[in-house]
Amino acid sequence: MRILIKLAWRNLFRNHRRTLIMLSAITVGVWAMIFMTAMTQGMVTQMIHDGISVIPGHAQARNPQYGDDPTVNNLLPVPDSEIAGRLEGGGFSSWTTRLSVPAVISSERESRGVTLLGIDPEREADFTFVEIDTIDGRYLESVSDEGVLVGAKLLETLKTKVGNRIVLMSQTPDNDIADRGFRIVGVFSAKVELWEETWVLTGKETLQTMLGVPDQVTQAIVFGDNYRQVDAVSDSLRKAFDDTVSVQRWTELDRYLGTMLEVMDGFTLVWVVVIFLALSFGLVNTLVMAVFERVREIGLMLALGMRPSSILGQIVIESMLLLAIGLALGNVLAWLSVKAFPDGIDISIVAKGMEMMGASSILMLDLRLQDVVLANSVVLILGFLASLSPAWRASRYDPIEAIHKVD
Amino acid sequence: MSAVRCIDVCKTYRQGDEDIHALDHVSIEIQNGGFVCLSAPSGGGKTTLLNAIGGLDVPDSGEIYIDEQRIDNLSKGELAALRLSKIGFVFQAFNLIPVLSARENVEFVMQVQGVDADKRRSLAMSILDEVGLAGMEERRPAEMSGGQQQRVAVARAIVSRPALVLADEPTANLDSKTSDELMELFTELNMNHGTTFVIATHDRRVMSYAKRLIKMLDGRIVDDIAQS
Repeated sequence: MRILIKLAWRNLFRNHRRTLIMLSAITVGVWAMIFMTAMTQGMVTQMIHDGISVIPGHAQARNPQYGDDPTVNNLLPVPDSEIAGRLEGGGFSSWTTRLSVPAVISSERESRGVTLLGIDPEREADFTFVEIDTIDGRYLESVSDEGVLVGAKLLETLKTKVGNRIVLMSQTPDNDIADRGFRIVGVFSAKVELWEETWVLTGKETLQTMLGVPDQVTQAIVFGDNYRQVDAVSDSLRKAFDDTVSVQRWTELDRYLGTMLEVMDGFTLVWVVVIFLALSFGLVNTLVMAVFERVREIGLMLALGMRPSSILGQIVIESMLLLAIGLALGNVLAWLSVKAFPDGIDISIVAKGMEMMGASSILMLDLRLQDVVLANSVVLILGFLASLSPAWRASRYDPIEAIHKVD
Repeated sequence: MSAVRCIDVCKTYRQGDEDIHALDHVSIEIQNGGFVCLSAPSGGGKTTLLNAIGGLDVPDSGEIYIDEQRIDNLSKGELAALRLSKIGFVFQAFNLIPVLSARENVEFVMQVQGVDADKRRSLAMSILDEVGLAGMEERRPAEMSGGQQQRVAVARAIVSRPALVLADEPTANLDSKTSDELMELFTELNMNHGTTFVIATHDRRVMSYAKRLIKMLDGRIVDDIAQS
């Protein structure tokens, strides 16, 4: 084996220029695979993270009837101290409860349909889609805060301003109209304009009082550590409520995002394979040329008693060495490229398009170990398969014909 | 005991519509320690016979024995193993692996045989010294003259003490002085180590070194002369 590795290694540097060109192609290809995958995953992660923070969480507990009849008639009791204790110790990174109802908001000049969200501001602060630091006015202070937060876009539509009063109107469990006046205490910005138009936030208890549903919420939401692994999170949530609730994962609650995750994972594999297929033509060509140049030498080795399988092994090792060096350089280059953009890449030139997909105009790069392993595995496995053909051809040479081959 | 025995060996090639009888009922026996030249004009069959003896080519009929082992019915893998263990080769040109140094070329066969590194190195250094290449061990073939390259090839052919060394036109690319030096080396190795040499050539100077001269024509042995 050592002689095969030695021969393969030295043969690589026999034609410096050809090896360097192929090495550059592999390096750039691997870099492109990993860097583009990091961009894609960054976009997906960001979209899902933002999407999850708007409503679903990683998993959500609701009244079992809420799925068929999503009204205030099918609410969930606010977790008692026992359930709250289980939620605290359930291995969740955070949890909260919300009361969410459709409502109409009216200013002195305009009305709009919105979703009114009663929240626990303290618990929501860690994961809310509201950009708290940039609020014009103030964030909500407690569950009994009687002010409302509206989005910048909605404020513009309502033609009003911070400090003015608006009226919110919704429906009680008895089908009566519940309405009351609120003062706008803050205007928030969000990554996606649609969220600024859709959501109006107030204190949870304030909304419960308005609707006459004290101690009831529409959902309890929890977050785990990884949005891709939510099975354990949803199991813990179900157990926390003694199996009396309906628990759904975010992939079920937001099928668009769930499907997008599956599509993007598949896309990553297709992307990596397509780049490699382009590379493989160069690789096979390099190996065929390398074999063709060494026909007499291969004939000599066969004549001296080297087995055909060893010739095959030598060519395959040569290919693997080339790929391994290209992979190492490509990985380092990709890692450096990702590190060069710690604050993400500004793609505001296509911000509108990104927003339509629910993504922001700053693209954060997400370099995941499994994507790097996938790219490296694809290159090594397909590279091995691509090198078999020229290697097989070399091992089948007749030693006499090979030795007497004329250039 | 015979190093080589061929019994009624035939080999025919098809060239266009014509059958070429490269070996036509050839029978020879070469004893251990022999120093034999196969002489023939081009196309006379000497290289085909050499290749058949070396297990590089398989005859259409007849039997070939090396060291009393029949080889004409062996598989490709078995023939490769036989060449590795019992036969040393010196070809006309392109004898060496360009990316290996002289020492590494000499070690190549031993490395494929699985000889351990220290022993390999020591044997290679010693044999290179014996063929007059001391101090040139780490040179690559491109840094050596044709004669020096052939010496490395000879060193590689004999380093693992094969029963038989087959040389096909070993002096064809060498000047007369270097040819003489190479043949003297062959003679010395034959005498000192008892290695059997079978050399295919049409160079009269080479023939003069042989103890036995076998002349071929059109695939047949036409003369078999013992020389002093």
